[in-house]
Amino acid sequence: MSSLAYAVADTAVVARRNLLRIPRQPDLWVSFTIQPLMFVLLFVYVFGGAIQTPGYPDYVDFLMPGIIVQTMAFGGFVTAIGLSDDLSKGLIDRFRSLPMARSAVLAGRTLADVATNVVSLTVMIAVGVLVGFNFTTSPLEVVAGIALLLLFGYAFSWIFACVALLAGSVEAANALGFMLIFPLTFASSAFVPPESMPAAIEWFANINPISTIVDATRALFVGAPAGNDVWGAVLWCVGLIAVFSTFAVQRYRRAVSS
Amino acid sequence: MAEPAIEVEGLRKGFKDVTALDGIDLVAPPGTILGLLGPNGAGKTTAVRILTTLLPPDEGTARVAGLDVVKDAAAVRAQIGLSGQYAAVDENLTGFENLEMVGRLYHLGRAPSRERARELLERFSLTDAGDRQAKTYSGGMRRRLDLAAALVARPPVLFLDEPTTGLDPVSRLLLWETIEARVAAGTTVLLTTQYLDEADRLADRIAVIDHGNVIAEGTSDELKSRVGGERLELTLKNYDQETAAIEALAPLADERPKCEHGILVMPLNRARGDIAEAVRRLDAASVDIADIAVRRPTLDDVFFSLTGHAAEQPEEADEEVAA
Repeated sequence: MSSLAYAVADTAVVARRNLLRIPRQPDLWVSFTIQPLMFVLLFVYVFGGAIQTPGYPDYVDFLMPGIIVQTMAFGGFVTAIGLSDDLSKGLIDRFRSLPMARSAVLAGRTLADVATNVVSLTVMIAVGVLVGFNFTTSPLEVVAGIALLLLFGYAFSWIFACVALLAGSVEAANALGFMLIFPLTFASSAFVPPESMPAAIEWFANINPISTIVDATRALFVGAPAGNDVWGAVLWCVGLIAVFSTFAVQRYRRAVSS
Repeated sequence: MAEPAIEVEGLRKGFKDVTALDGIDLVAPPGTILGLLGPNGAGKTTAVRILTTLLPPDEGTARVAGLDVVKDAAAVRAQIGLSGQYAAVDENLTGFENLEMVGRLYHLGRAPSRERARELLERFSLTDAGDRQAKTYSGGMRRRLDLAAALVARPPVLFLDEPTTGLDPVSRLLLWETIEARVAAGTTVLLTTQYLDEADRLADRIAVIDHGNVIAEGTSDELKSRVGGERLELTLKNYDQETAAIEALAPLADERPKCEHGILVMPLNRARGDIAEAVRRLDAASVDIADIAVRRPTLDDVFFSLTGHAAEQPEEADEEVAA
């Protein structure tokens, strides 16, 4: 077998291992199902009435694409926590002493985490529809939107793989992750229109890639004017994956567990 | 002699402000066990991590199965099995799934991996637990599973980093027997331990490590002979007979024996007389004996005389320098 064939086979073995683990970690389910669900209810019923979103029939139509993007970003935590756990338990040492492809542990990890993102995406869309969200675009556009969201989630898994490898412990990865996600997702077009923000933050929200992804999702789900956002969003995702996967694999080669 | 299975020359490794390895040399011929004996933080784990390609050395060379651990790292990994200080098994997978995964990552193929997993579960008395998640296992069972994982590909060189730390005596004995069986089948083992009896029982040769240096190397007997030969230990019934005992035994010793708190210890020189002679002399002098024995030096004595401190230190936070 060629080294590429080995890399693919090893990645499949590691991905299978991680998929087997998902149903056996019920505590993890809370973080990627119940938690985003509570965010939806909070924003729709508590904050929603006070937020003006001109051009949308209801706040929920504005909110859902944004909050789903945030949920996909949070999906990265599953990657970070899983990886930190493997590091601290010495499993990464075992993997690194095996004659397997150096990219497989991370590639298998992030691939399997697409599955948890599919679960939370399904929960989010179901809840969104229950609280009054309406898709107003063609089924093809909706499918394209879902694919974009999963691609974005995959990119964030790679970012969080780097977070875990840099942090060195589950707790540090957690803290670092929150510091990354909160400013990025809230200072974006996800929850309120950037026009309503102070100038500096509005400026940041407009160049924030999260806004690009959110606007693209809105275009694909509720037909909001997208401009170049859909292709921009895809480019962002691909770019993030390329940069962070390279960095993560490099980092992994040197990973030293405690 | 065949090419050594493990060959280390001038290996150095430092971390920030500590020198974990200060230029060590090691050699293990094929089919033997080399014991690395030393206290926590001596550098044992660092040596294992370098030899298993997990850590690059700063200086020096290390060859495993004839391959350089830096230049041929990938090839080395196909020749080794590693069982670490902390049982590195996936708690959320069953014993069977753990071993099957490792087999597939050694590229044994799907069916052979499954077959090998079943075989190892049976050998390590884990068949009944094989379909349970490893998080339900006892410490001893996890260790066994971890060792089984190291053996999946029948690697010619095995690295066992404190394999029995924290195990109950029965599990320890079982593990020892397994290791001996692997060596009988031709496997070379590098074993780190802080237990002297373990090195004594298993290792063909022992390298004593302290502060990143090999401070002594040899067979268990060679190391013991370094601290001198047998000693006679005598416990008196009555403290007031100390002088009488010293007088009685003085002709048997090279130097005049010393006695404290009713306990007399002296090197035994068989040319002058053995324990029977000692008993006869004490009897003739009417000295009452509570206990008398000939004590052979243990590796504990070796360790103490080499390093000036005991081998098993109190449980400080287990901070191997490499960690």
